[in-house]
Amino acid sequence: MAVKVRIPTPLQKLTDGKDEVEGEPGTIISLINFLNSKYPGMGERITEGGKVRKFVNIYINDEDIRFLKNEETEVKDGDEVSIVPAIAGG
Amino acid sequence: MDKLFVPRELIAEILAHCKECYPYEACGILAGQFGVSKKIYKIKNIEKSSVSYMMEPGEQFTVMKEMREQGLEMTAIYHSHPVSSAYPSPKDVSLAFYQDSVYVIVSLVNDEPLIKAFEIKDDIIKEIEIIYS
Repeated sequence: MAVKVRIPTPLQKLTDGKDEVEGEPGTIISLINFLNSKYPGMGERITEGGKVRKFVNIYINDEDIRFLKNEETEVKDGDEVSIVPAIAGG
Repeated sequence: MDKLFVPRELIAEILAHCKECYPYEACGILAGQFGVSKKIYKIKNIEKSSVSYMMEPGEQFTVMKEMREQGLEMTAIYHSHPVSSAYPSPKDVSLAFYQDSVYVIVSLVNDEPLIKAFEIKDDIIKEIEIIYS
C-alpha cells in the first residue's frame, strides 16, 4: 500500500491530468521531494526554501499539517494527502 | 469557457451574501456540472477586510471534498469588492491559482451591485458573459 496524493486542478498539468498519484511514506517534505522527482516543477509550486508556501494548504487525511508538525509531519502507508492551493485575492 | 451559466436564485444568493458581509469582502464557490452552476457554498473570509479575502482553509477543503464526492466541478469562485470596481485587482490576478474556474466579482460601490465574471489565465484577464438561467 502506498500513500495516495490528491493533486489539485492547478497542478494537474504536471501529472498529465491525473488527479491522484501515488507517493512514498516518510515526511511531508520527503513526499514533496519524491513528487518533484517524478513530476518536475511540482516542488517549487508547493514549497519555497523547504517550507510549504503560504498559499498552499496540505492535509493528511482530514488534518491540516499546520496543526500537526508542518513539513515534518509523518506520512504513513495508506494515508491520503491532499494538496490544496488557497482561494484568496483582494 | 466563454460563458458562465448561473440560475437567477444563485445570483440573488451571491448578492445577498455580499451585502451581508459588507463592509468586508464576502467569498464563496459555485459548483455545478458541464459549466452550469447548481449550488452555492458561502465560505468565511478569514481576512475580515474590505480589500482582501482568503477562504477559511478548513471550510474550503471540506467543500472541495464534498464537491468531489458529488461529482461537481468548481464552476466559479466569487468575492465582493466593497470599495472598488467589478474588475480583478492585482492581488486577484497574482493569486488566481484556479485557472479552469471563472472568477466572479461583485462591486458594491454603487447603490445597485454590479456583478461580472472573468477568466484569469497567466496574468491575462478576459471578461466572461454571465447567462442567467
